[in-house]
Amino acid sequence: MALKMVKGSIDRMFDKNLQDLVRGIRNHKEDEAKYISQCIDEIKQELKQDNIAVKANAVCKLTYLQMLGYDISWAAFNIIEVMSASKFTFKRIGYLAASQCFHEGTDVIMLTTNQIRKDLSSPNQYDTGVALTGLSCFVTPDLARDLANDIMTLMSHTKPYIRKKAVLIMYKVFLKYPESLRPAFPRLKEKLEDPDPGVQSAAVNVICELARRNPKNYLSLAPLFFKLMTSSTNNWVLIKIIKLFGALTPLEPRLGKKLIEPLTNLIHSTSAMSLLYECVNTVIAVLISLSSGMPNHSASIQLCVQKLRILIEDSDQNLKYLGLLAMSKILKTHPKSVQSHKDLILQCLDDKDESIRLRALDLLYGMVSKKNLMEIVKKLMIHVDKAEGTTYRDELLTKIIDICSQSNYQYITNFEWYISILVELTRLEGTRHGHLIAAQMLDVAIRVKAIRKFAVSQMAMLLDNAHLIASNTQRNGICEVLYAAAWICGEFSEHLEESNQTLEAMLRPKVTTLPGHIQAVYVQNMVKLYASILQQKEQAGEKEAAQEITQLMIDRLPQFVQSADLEVQERASCILQLIKYIQKLQIKEVPVAEEVIALFAGELNPVAPKAQKKVPVPEGLDLDAWINEPPSDSESEDEKPKTIFHDEEQRHSRNRQPEIDEEELARRREVRKQEQANNPFYIKSSPSPQKVSLAC
Amino acid sequence: MIKFFLMVNKQGQTRLSRYYEHVEIHKRTMLEAEVIKNCLSRSKEQCSFIEYKDFKLVYRQYAALFIVVGINETENEMAVYELIHNFVEVLDRYFSRVISSNGARSGESTNVPSHSEQGWTKY
Repeated sequence: MALKMVKGSIDRMFDKNLQDLVRGIRNHKEDEAKYISQCIDEIKQELKQDNIAVKANAVCKLTYLQMLGYDISWAAFNIIEVMSASKFTFKRIGYLAASQCFHEGTDVIMLTTNQIRKDLSSPNQYDTGVALTGLSCFVTPDLARDLANDIMTLMSHTKPYIRKKAVLIMYKVFLKYPESLRPAFPRLKEKLEDPDPGVQSAAVNVICELARRNPKNYLSLAPLFFKLMTSSTNNWVLIKIIKLFGALTPLEPRLGKKLIEPLTNLIHSTSAMSLLYECVNTVIAVLISLSSGMPNHSASIQLCVQKLRILIEDSDQNLKYLGLLAMSKILKTHPKSVQSHKDLILQCLDDKDESIRLRALDLLYGMVSKKNLMEIVKKLMIHVDKAEGTTYRDELLTKIIDICSQSNYQYITNFEWYISILVELTRLEGTRHGHLIAAQMLDVAIRVKAIRKFAVSQMAMLLDNAHLIASNTQRNGICEVLYAAAWICGEFSEHLEESNQTLEAMLRPKVTTLPGHIQAVYVQNMVKLYASILQQKEQAGEKEAAQEITQLMIDRLPQFVQSADLEVQERASCILQLIKYIQKLQIKEVPVAEEVIALFAGELNPVAPKAQKKVPVPEGLDLDAWINEPPSDSESEDEKPKTIFHDEEQRHSRNRQPEIDEEELARRREVRKQEQANNPFYIKSSPSPQKVSLAC
Repeated sequence: MIKFFLMVNKQGQTRLSRYYEHVEIHKRTMLEAEVIKNCLSRSKEQCSFIEYKDFKLVYRQYAALFIVVGINETENEMAVYELIHNFVEVLDRYFSRVISSNGARSGESTNVPSHSEQGWTKY
């Protein structure tokens, strides 16, 4: 027995504490994982000991290992043991480990309830403090429900150290167990006027967070916060209060009006950038909600924009970023005020910092005009070339397209230039916005008739070089552009110069590697092209050329018929049959081009969204009259059937109910009685109405 | 809302991590690696706010140590930036006299220049 104790204490001398562990890990850089698993084994041994100091040491090491990424949830029960130590330093280790590793899924959390309750009512304020801090990280709805009352009483503790922590943890408790808010709220309000500034700012924090979730309930506190705002000098508290006001002003415009003055005072007087930024943000929010255009508000907007300009011009990148961020908020409601600072924003576009460039890009939206659009886009294209393989490049792409297409292409004077920009954009690899470019091409080509010739020639070029683009077949990749190219060439084939060449480009075997929906479009448009070529040749009297083309189609279409995509298969088979039929006609020397062209007659014009309303309703048509008899009321009680049988029976009963009058009823009764009389199996029971539902 | 608070050294090793929302262990290591990569690739002239996925990172460099805080969009970025500095000053005051025994606890020994007054400084 004594020997065992001696052996035990010798073993303990060689235990590693946290410092040794950290040093050991740093010394074992090559075989770190092996060393750590060795340490974990040692820790498991230590946890089996009875000595609480040893256990605490082990848990301390485990906390460090958890931070490095090793899972320690197997030691949850041991952590709870350490939490229940009487010595404060061990207890602290236990709570720290719990706060790092316990979460709602940990089963043993329920065992902590009583321990925490004991600690909360401990005479030692540090015990209470550490319990509160630890609890805030792993509180669950059950724990919140059980401990809410204890924490509420702690809010009125004599020591501010405890009051502060109790107030802060109430927020977490409210989140997990919302019913605790009502009884605790009056006390929380009291804490706003607590003599200790720490407790006061804790209360401000909690109420600000609560108000952000549900601003309506906290409007009544606005006067109190107003007083606090004007009297407090603590910047952290001021930031929170101002943020709170920003959340409340949309609900109460008078509050907004009252706020503008103190906020502008703060903006002028403060030297703290974060406070300035918060004030500017809130002023913007207030002005947006008040956007009734009162004269003195434009002065406030000017002041804000002025201050933001100073921020943006500052050499400190952080301030630039914040200035741009706030400007973009103003842009949404007061674009004109921002436009005068165009030059500054364009400068920011060239900044080395990507975050700043992204913010400047956002602002560009409101800054373009007819004159500077081309210049801006040219600049952006240079950036696009420089920014290889980043998300920034994708952003640029979407931005370029957004800017150009806003307000129905209001700022584009030269659509041919726009098409060439789009074609240049197709050279980008690895983008996820191919469909955007495709959609733009289609849109412009359809709506702007004048440039169709140019567009078609560009598209034909794209189709020719399709092998460069087709290598990238990811979804929404740049190969989507071929979709647009094929469709445009097919639809507007009259503008094509080298129809034969284009048709051959579309029939290349490489096309079958493209995604299904693109191939389908190819197939469809091939026929359109073929039809127009056929017409050309027949009009020119070149019968052999016409037959050659037909043969070419018949040769190459089967590769599409074998496609795995159903749409492509269907279309290709249909068209193959059609062309074989045409071939037969051609052999008999029947001119067939006119009929083939007729298949594709008629132009599809874009339809405005409000066009339907403009269609005049013809005479005598009442759009509100019923087409069929309205269903009777009993049928309208369409309950979801509980069983299949129930449903069928209901339906039968409903079918019988409408249009029954007296004679019908009597006749049916007679018939039924006859049947029952003849039926040997019918049990003549009491004359109760036949129940229809058999639902059980 | 602050999502997490990290202290990382230049080699990418996490010295301190504190998460305020539950994140799975293996996801934590992935997240930390990516976040650190983003921060290390920035130069001195670039701003301290990075837009990452659907939240923002605010980072500050002190000698060989990076402190990174992940915040969501409701938070004032500048206030968090100054909070980081506040935190470092607190550490400095608390640990500067007790270097040897607490050096390991607070991570790598950092040569944090100690400021004599807490700064709401004009930039």
